[in-house]
Amino acid sequence: MAILEVKNIGKQFDSTMVLNDVSFSLEEGNALAIIGSSGSGKTTLLRCLNFLETPDKGTISVKGETLFDAAMPLKEQEKALRTKRLHFGMVFQSFNLFPQYTALENVMLAEKLLAKERADFKQNKKEIYAKIEEHGIELLAEMGLADRMSHYPHQLSGGQQQRVAIARALALKPDILCFDEPTSALDPELTGEVLKVIRGLAEQKTTMIIVTHEMAFARDVSDQLIFMDDGVIVEQGEPKQVIDHPREERTKQFLTRYAQG
Amino acid sequence: MFWSVTQSLLGGLLTTFQIFLFTLLFSLPLGLVLAFGSISRFSPLRYLIQVLVWIIRGTPLMLQLIIIFYGPGLWLGHNIWSGNEAGRITATVVAFSINYACYFSVIFRGGIEGVPAGQREAGQVLGMTKSQIFFQVTLLQMVKRVVPPMSNEIITLVKDTSLARMIAAYELTFAGYSFMKSNGLTWPLFYTGVFYLIFVGILTLLFNYIERKLDYFK
Repeated sequence: MAILEVKNIGKQFDSTMVLNDVSFSLEEGNALAIIGSSGSGKTTLLRCLNFLETPDKGTISVKGETLFDAAMPLKEQEKALRTKRLHFGMVFQSFNLFPQYTALENVMLAEKLLAKERADFKQNKKEIYAKIEEHGIELLAEMGLADRMSHYPHQLSGGQQQRVAIARALALKPDILCFDEPTSALDPELTGEVLKVIRGLAEQKTTMIIVTHEMAFARDVSDQLIFMDDGVIVEQGEPKQVIDHPREERTKQFLTRYAQG
Repeated sequence: MFWSVTQSLLGGLLTTFQIFLFTLLFSLPLGLVLAFGSISRFSPLRYLIQVLVWIIRGTPLMLQLIIIFYGPGLWLGHNIWSGNEAGRITATVVAFSINYACYFSVIFRGGIEGVPAGQREAGQVLGMTKSQIFFQVTLLQMVKRVVPPMSNEIITLVKDTSLARMIAAYELTFAGYSFMKSNGLTWPLFYTGVFYLIFVGILTLLFNYIERKLDYFK
């Protein structure tokens, strides 16, 4: 069974239809890449999954549990919104690290706050915090940042900041990790280190959705690819097939324009 | 003579300090409330605050002080301020608190809106509650943004206290001025400048310290 099931999602900003009847599903351990020109709705789709936007239509289910159903009243939706959000991790284009915390503190913050809700928090505070710290250090080391733990975001390069952001998103062990154009705000020479980390996550069978402009990367790393235009899914399928042999006219046009730079 | 003048001016300085301290005490929280009101989704409240800020920033503080102090007696037929020194200081603090709260609210609003929306969103996707986001993520970034403009305003407040002389509150400038009337001495008035300079000097050191403390992040 698919880990993520998105059905008929629709979203309108004023009179502009940003998402129109978007449906797809994702298997556990697979990576889904979403490509398309700016304004095609791919970022909005990702924001809907993370409940940063509320869809007007459709349903979102994770592991068979319906997290969102537009047919239900808004008040109902907001119930347990926080726990629903934790199914998804989000890595932003502009990193959005907390500037007043070190790399390690950024990674640990949410986990520490959640730990306070545990029944045994008061008795085992020390052990719980020690475990969280151990976990944070481990994550940053995996990102190749073992020597940058106590640096503040402004002391890190863009590529390093984005890797901290990935570690921060992984800290809460989300079912699905979302990337919103993770390399678009980076200098070209820094994209490689971030893409390498994402590639590593794909090899470990992390379930991921990656909105990207890196076509070659999407083709290599993802197991499934969606091309969006004007708020609809124009084409989806096996990445190599969609990129090398697109069936739809709009996909062909986009890829030609992209190849021309 | 120098010592008796100094003593007398120190008495005035105490009143100046009282006005300063109590005005800050009331106007800082009131300013924060007005700031939240001015970005509220409830539009009548937003407009109401806009009009209030326009009136307060659009008229001289001296005029506001006179209205607050004499207004009740003139138009309501009954003076709500007791005629003694305490009554005058209270009226001054009320007028100043309203005035400064309006200026502060604009600074606070800038601080709130200056924190990028992405910071709040990053907190949301990490499952933080609204209050966790405010206290753990945005508050310190806001404080860092408002310290320089706030230090400007607070230093202005030190010198604005001299307006209390208008309603005969015995503050520092009044104390210096009174020697001109009683003894024909002009130097005590100029001497008050030294007191203001020391007062502001201490505040400047304090604000520099706070700014340095917050310098570790960008």
